[in-house]
Amino acid sequence: MTRHTLSVLVEDKPGVLARVAGLFSRRGFNIESLAVGRTEYPDISRMTIVVSVDELPLEQVTKQLNKLINVIKIVELEPTASVQRQLVLIKVRADATVRSQVLETVQLFRAKVVDVSPEAVTIEATGTSEKLDALLRMLEPYGLREIVQSGMVAIGRGARSITATAVR
Amino acid sequence: MVFGIPGGTILPAYDPLLDSTKVRHILVRHEQGAGHAATGYAQATGKVGVCMATSGPGATNLVTPLADANMDSVPVVAITGQQTRPLIGTDAFQEADICGITMPITKHNMLVTDPAEIPRAIAEAFHIAATGRPGPVLVDIPKDVLQEQTSFSWPPDLRLPGYRPTTRPHGKQVREAAKLIVNARKPVLYVGGGVIKADAHAELLRLAEDTGIPVVTTLMARGAFPDSHDQHLGMPGMHGTVAAVAAMQKSDLLIALGARFDDRVTGQLGSFAPDAQIIHADIDPAEISKNRRADVPIVGDCKEIITELIDAVRTERETAKAVDLTPWWDTLKSLRETFPLGYDWPEDGTLSPQYVIERIGALSPADTIYTAGVGQHQMWAAQFVKYEHPRTWINSGGLGTMGFAVPAAMGIKAGEPDRTVWAIDGDGCFQMTNQELATCAIEGLPVKIAVINNGNLGMVRQWQTLFYGERYSNTDLGTHKHRIPDFKLLAEALGCAGLRAESREEVDDVIAKALEINDRPVVIDFVVGKDAQVWPMVAAGTGNSEIMAARGIRPLFDEDL
Repeated sequence: MTRHTLSVLVEDKPGVLARVAGLFSRRGFNIESLAVGRTEYPDISRMTIVVSVDELPLEQVTKQLNKLINVIKIVELEPTASVQRQLVLIKVRADATVRSQVLETVQLFRAKVVDVSPEAVTIEATGTSEKLDALLRMLEPYGLREIVQSGMVAIGRGARSITATAVR
Repeated sequence: MVFGIPGGTILPAYDPLLDSTKVRHILVRHEQGAGHAATGYAQATGKVGVCMATSGPGATNLVTPLADANMDSVPVVAITGQQTRPLIGTDAFQEADICGITMPITKHNMLVTDPAEIPRAIAEAFHIAATGRPGPVLVDIPKDVLQEQTSFSWPPDLRLPGYRPTTRPHGKQVREAAKLIVNARKPVLYVGGGVIKADAHAELLRLAEDTGIPVVTTLMARGAFPDSHDQHLGMPGMHGTVAAVAAMQKSDLLIALGARFDDRVTGQLGSFAPDAQIIHADIDPAEISKNRRADVPIVGDCKEIITELIDAVRTERETAKAVDLTPWWDTLKSLRETFPLGYDWPEDGTLSPQYVIERIGALSPADTIYTAGVGQHQMWAAQFVKYEHPRTWINSGGLGTMGFAVPAAMGIKAGEPDRTVWAIDGDGCFQMTNQELATCAIEGLPVKIAVINNGNLGMVRQWQTLFYGERYSNTDLGTHKHRIPDFKLLAEALGCAGLRAESREEVDDVIAKALEINDRPVVIDFVVGKDAQVWPMVAAGTGNSEIMAARGIRPLFDEDL
């Protein structure tokens, strides 16, 4: 099984997320990550869906997705030809004795501290899931109190726009 | 034509129906009946079938027929009332999230929250239902939306940026397919229901006769190619003819037209048609290579595809050396002659169900439309009635919905009032939906119902006989033992003529009598033996090469393919 990132342009209508999510579960596919948000067109939303499936089932799920009336376009984004980012907020235990070491790790990962208290700091980091995993591994020894992570968002490299070609 | 039942939330839509001269509303007895009637109507006429129900239980009663129409790609629009907008989501009286419930079993559905959007929603629903791969669409409208005033203009603009079905086939793919067709030594035209939906039967006949290639028609495609045609090998699949199943197993090229490689056709997928290349033509790209990888995929409307294939094959023939199909036909003809469809009379002297069905087919007018429930009687109706024209065999193929026959017959008769409509039903199925006979009697829809009454859930019993050591757990309905219900009396109570036949001698007479009665529906209780079985059979989960012509007789397996 390989990991695939699908960008799905959908009409911004109620129930679209349920349709897409329902289709994945009905056909037996696990969604690893899902992010939904606006696009430069007011009535079109964009979903970024990360799934781990083989090539053939992926083709089937893409075709099934395409059958949903509210789905306008589906593009698979290759990791090498796209920029892929996730955001994570991490609350890590950091009292005065270890705070400087924690901050060093934050620097190394080009993350930033967004909240501080005497016992903990909250860190914001963006990156690929690999980078965020590495950061979490580094922070784990200090004690992770709480983590919240967004779905992956991705955009193709270069000047082309998938939304522009979709609405033509 | 609309089939439905009013109720609290749909009342505002029903009120103007009282004055309508254009829309005929048929008041059914159960919403499931409305749904299957709409399906029968759509399949018989090729038009969109419409059903209507109120919110909550009215809407959930449509679930089965919508799932049925979805599996068999039937264009149906369901309009349901919904609780008022402020009450949605509060567990209000007769509230059910019918859009959520029917999401996986409709082609599309929508909740209309703005009265100004009603015309567009309805227009889009009909467009989506009827175009591309047809299917059911549900439009859910809250009561307060139905009650508001709005300006109306027709036709509205459709706004469906994500819906563009491909109907024109790709020329290169068609040429690729033609190349394979002219070079194949053992080709088979594997014809599915899509050919009927695309009205492509005339084109199919031309392609078949141009090429001389044998034809098999699936359960959904019975009538797409005349049964009397010499190139027709019959139905493939679990209860298909030995010749049709064998042709596919031994084939080197399957030309699938509007078919979807259903498990009831392929048997165990891994051993299905092991040597065949696949041309797969379908309007739904998601069907292609879903179950069996296609060597040449063609997405498009079957009528256009076959038309272009005819030309492409002719062009290809000009340069290619013609392949002699005689050896292929010799094999198939010998199988057809050795293993024709047939049946034995029950040893206990009871009436043969196959005989009854065969006689109904033989005695009824040529343009008769047949429908059926689901089970043994359905398979026999597919096998022993001879279908010559498309849209004369209408059944529940994909979902296998018991109880389909009576309401479907009602819808068929409403759509084709001048033709004879037979529902070949089982005693199990009939007891699920016979209440619609009251509708038929009152609305002037004189359908004819043949209850093939073996007193049991026959197909389940057949499996118990073959695979569960003859342990008959909960399949005896008691219809024989206690004569409960008495179908003849039940028919009369529902405003129909009730007839009965229990011996061979009575069969022709009673059918003739039923054919003469046209002022009300007719029900014939055919009391038949319970041990008759559907043959041939490919047992579930086994390969098609293990087809049994009768119990213990496996012609292909023993012969060594």
